[in-house]
Amino acid sequence: MKDGWTPSTFVSSRQQKADKHHARPEDFMDEEDFSEHGIAPREITTSQEFSSSRRDEAAEKARAVSAQAALIPGDTLLEELIAPARLSIGIELLRKMGWKEGQGIGPRVKRKPRRQLKEGPSKVYSCSVPPTGSEESEDEDGEFAPQNVTFAPKDVTPVDFTPRLGVQGLGYRGLDPGLALLGRAADEHIDLFRPQSETRSRLFGDRQSSSRRGGVAGQAFGVGALEEEDEDVYHRDSMSRYDTILGEEEPGDGLYGWTAPQQYTKKRDRSKDALYLGKILEGFTLAQKPLEEKTIFPPPTLPRDYRPVHYFRPQVDVTRLSGVSSALAEALKTSRGHMVKEEPQPVGRHQLDSGQRRALLGEDALKGPSSVMDLLRPEDRQRLLSFRNSSAQKSCTADTSRAPPPGPALPPSGLQQQQEALAAWKGSSSSQSFKPFENNPSKQARYEVYLSQLRLGDGDALEQSLDPTMTEWERSREREEFVRSSILYRPSSSSLSSRFTRAKHQEDEDTVEVSQDQEGDVDDKQAAVKMKMFGKLTRETFEWHPDRLLCKRFNVPDPYPGSGLVGLPKVKRDKFSVFNFLTVPESREMAAPPKPLEPGKRSRWDVSEQNKEKKNEDPLSELLSDARNQTEPKAPGLSSSTCNSDLTSGNKSEAEVDKKAKNDEEVEEEEKEERPPMDLFKAIFAGSSDEKSSSSSEGESDGEEGEKDAKEDEGKMDTEPIKLFAISSSSVATSSSVVTPSLHTEAAVSSQKSTQDAEEFGPKLPPPSAAVDRGGATSTYPPEEDERTSRKSKEKKHKNKKLKHKKEKKKKKHKKHKHKGKQQLKSKKEESGSSSEDSKEDEEDVQVSTDELLRRLKSIRTPQMW
Amino acid sequence: MAFPQPKPQPPQLPQHLLRTIDCQQGAVRAVRFNVDGNYLLSCGSDKSLKLWSVGRGTLLKTYSGHGYEVLDADGSYDNSQLCSCSSDKTVILWDVATGQVTRKLRGHAGKVNCVQFNEEGLVILSGSIDGTVRCWDTRSRRNEPIQVLDEARDSISSLKVAQHELLTGSVDGRVRRYDLRMGQLHVDFISSPITCVCFSQDGQCTLSSSLDSTVRLLDKSTGEMLGE
Repeated sequence: MKDGWTPSTFVSSRQQKADKHHARPEDFMDEEDFSEHGIAPREITTSQEFSSSRRDEAAEKARAVSAQAALIPGDTLLEELIAPARLSIGIELLRKMGWKEGQGIGPRVKRKPRRQLKEGPSKVYSCSVPPTGSEESEDEDGEFAPQNVTFAPKDVTPVDFTPRLGVQGLGYRGLDPGLALLGRAADEHIDLFRPQSETRSRLFGDRQSSSRRGGVAGQAFGVGALEEEDEDVYHRDSMSRYDTILGEEEPGDGLYGWTAPQQYTKKRDRSKDALYLGKILEGFTLAQKPLEEKTIFPPPTLPRDYRPVHYFRPQVDVTRLSGVSSALAEALKTSRGHMVKEEPQPVGRHQLDSGQRRALLGEDALKGPSSVMDLLRPEDRQRLLSFRNSSAQKSCTADTSRAPPPGPALPPSGLQQQQEALAAWKGSSSSQSFKPFENNPSKQARYEVYLSQLRLGDGDALEQSLDPTMTEWERSREREEFVRSSILYRPSSSSLSSRFTRAKHQEDEDTVEVSQDQEGDVDDKQAAVKMKMFGKLTRETFEWHPDRLLCKRFNVPDPYPGSGLVGLPKVKRDKFSVFNFLTVPESREMAAPPKPLEPGKRSRWDVSEQNKEKKNEDPLSELLSDARNQTEPKAPGLSSSTCNSDLTSGNKSEAEVDKKAKNDEEVEEEEKEERPPMDLFKAIFAGSSDEKSSSSSEGESDGEEGEKDAKEDEGKMDTEPIKLFAISSSSVATSSSVVTPSLHTEAAVSSQKSTQDAEEFGPKLPPPSAAVDRGGATSTYPPEEDERTSRKSKEKKHKNKKLKHKKEKKKKKHKKHKHKGKQQLKSKKEESGSSSEDSKEDEEDVQVSTDELLRRLKSIRTPQMW
Repeated sequence: MAFPQPKPQPPQLPQHLLRTIDCQQGAVRAVRFNVDGNYLLSCGSDKSLKLWSVGRGTLLKTYSGHGYEVLDADGSYDNSQLCSCSSDKTVILWDVATGQVTRKLRGHAGKVNCVQFNEEGLVILSGSIDGTVRCWDTRSRRNEPIQVLDEARDSISSLKVAQHELLTGSVDGRVRRYDLRMGQLHVDFISSPITCVCFSQDGQCTLSSSLDSTVRLLDKSTGEMLGE
């Protein structure tokens, strides 16, 4: 604590000349001065700006009194005039809302016609003289007001609730020094509600009413010596000075006082309330609907015999009641739903796996391939099966899984479940941790026997594990339970395995951003590795574009200056496209997706397992590769033929046909036998959108796509063949000739076109005649046109998009699986719609030279005119 | 000099134990020398990274800031910065002297197996279990990597940077060599998942160890196997 004021130490202000330091008075004050009772107390008060307009009344009064007493009476008036207008926030707000000084606050009102009628002719003033004249004059103005003009309400002088301090009775006025000195008429209407009224009026000086007269006057005081008149010496109260009737005050005159006038008490109408606001502030509107009144419902009345304690009703366990007849048990069961042991014991919420929760919630199972076998083509599966049968080791498992177990009482669905359980448990070595029948040891033991037999792949595990001494009904129950719980609590590995797909560019991706130079066949390399022939066989070299910044950071010149590419150059290529297949012979094998049996499916880390399985698998893979070799040569023919069948069948959306007509042999073969599941298509189209848009534009695919979306809008499929062939190169033309006989005449035209176009390289344009052919079907092009205008600008953005896309691709891969499942639900219609959308997006990204664009535009526009 | 130089001894593998350091950080996931070999970085599974003096065997500094066990670390050429990667999917750039985190690089989708500075310490390359190698710029404040190399189809297990070359080993059984100067990517297929890759001293060969318990010496330019 410092004592008094200590001078601040000298600080050279040379440097601080710029910012001059002003010494404030506070700098020289003691700390005590700032305290509550100091000179300048520091406390939080309402700043003047926010304080209400009613300032300190005492100060005001004092000022007014002094003004009266001053030589020039209206002295302060000048002061007030000169004083800067400082309005409180409240007043400013009111002004903004249209309030003017002197007006009251509230909705604008109409003069009461009633009053006009009543008072107009008679023009008799009531006994009560209004305290101020101004109000009266306003009233008079109101008389002549037209009907449709509203007026602001009169200003309400607020009621002062000043507490009575004295000990005198009501209405008693003691000696008034002011009255004594200045002299005043004592006769005045006594207003109970405003005891101060006369003082106020005195303060504001309405002197017109009385002759000045000095001397002391008041009640309980005799006539002074100097007084001439002795009237009014003793105060006589007359009833005329009181209001005799309550509530007779006109509601319009603004003297509402504190007994609210009828107008407000009676019809309190919500819209009136809103009107109260007057002019509404800018940016605000009145609510159209009045606020909903909260309806408060009374709590329900409790029943008389209610006890706030829960007790459990004893449950009837049917399984335990061995004496109960089966019919009764059945009835019990149906009456109470699944009362008996469906959930054998209450399991903690967190111990349930997703399957159990799903079962509890009654959701559908995820539709994914439940085993590797599902992913295989049927005939492969057959071959595998036969192979397995022939091999001596585990033939029994495969057999029994097919053969119906001799369980007698099982309905077909139960049978199916049983097999499912078998599939789930077979081969799983995990020691089962979950014990559904823990409270019934013998049952649990039986269940475990059942499980162990399931693991061995025993088809009739169920029958063996059941207790032969039990009754038939009990056994059937238990059988059901076992099957169900074995499915529910199946080892997680099997349920997980059905949910995972393989990584990256494997067969599940239907459109692949094929690297320009693809990584070759793994099998060959595997063989090479086995023979330790590293080198050419195992070595692959790709063009790889490092980021420019990366080169800079590595202090290396950019190997590809000017190329906007980053990473491996990608080709936009349909995985199932004719071009992959026909034009680039060496890429064919790559286009053919690897079989699901490749070792990639397993975790590659566990080598020991891998080695073990290799022995089993090697013949298998050979078998598969054999099969592939057989089918490959046939493929083009196959593809075209299936293409034809698709086209003529005509029941598929053209987008599908488009894809399908392309060549992947596997898909084709599958199609021959059965329509592939919907999600395959889904995956194709969903996949194509992003994949394509990202990659750099390669000539052929560009042309193809440009056309594609032009057509996909049409939604007609007979134009398909044209599209296929119009863009094809000469090699395709040969294949098209294979197809043409079965096609319509259009196809013939198109094949001609294709031969014409054969010389043209780079992005192919839709030949004009093809466009004309198409024209028959063209009705909706507007989206196309919009794009045309924006396409050029989009091209500029192209580069950026590509970058962005890489990330998207990443994400997509993660989502992919989920994606498929979802899409399955959608109808085919949506599918085609979405595909067209997708392709639109594609087009935005397509990089085409402006010349070509123009030409293409022309060719598209012509059919439109036509 | 008339006398011929004595025939130089063939380099011998180190055979005697110089020092044992008790790191006290749980399992030690990686130990890395700095550039000149005077310091040592140990990556502990207790989320810490420790800097040791090789000569004295004393602990110099502990760097803590990772959210999970540290899997790899590297020091920049000028010993001013460290980088480390962790199972928490982040790569952290440390200031050696203060022990503060200079930058925390997020972006990998899985745990980051390996990390290395480039020669000038301007780029951090990190390989992750998500199959990508990300190139982070240490200079800029950007949070995105300069480039993502996502050619690998499985986890990147190892990564080495030479002057203008980046060698990555992946669990998909391939050794990839990115040549920045040539703008080429060379992929050598070695069937078995790669655990570690390395350049030879002369920069002519690559060494790769794989899960079939072999180390292969491959010629860098042709991919031929020189030794096994």
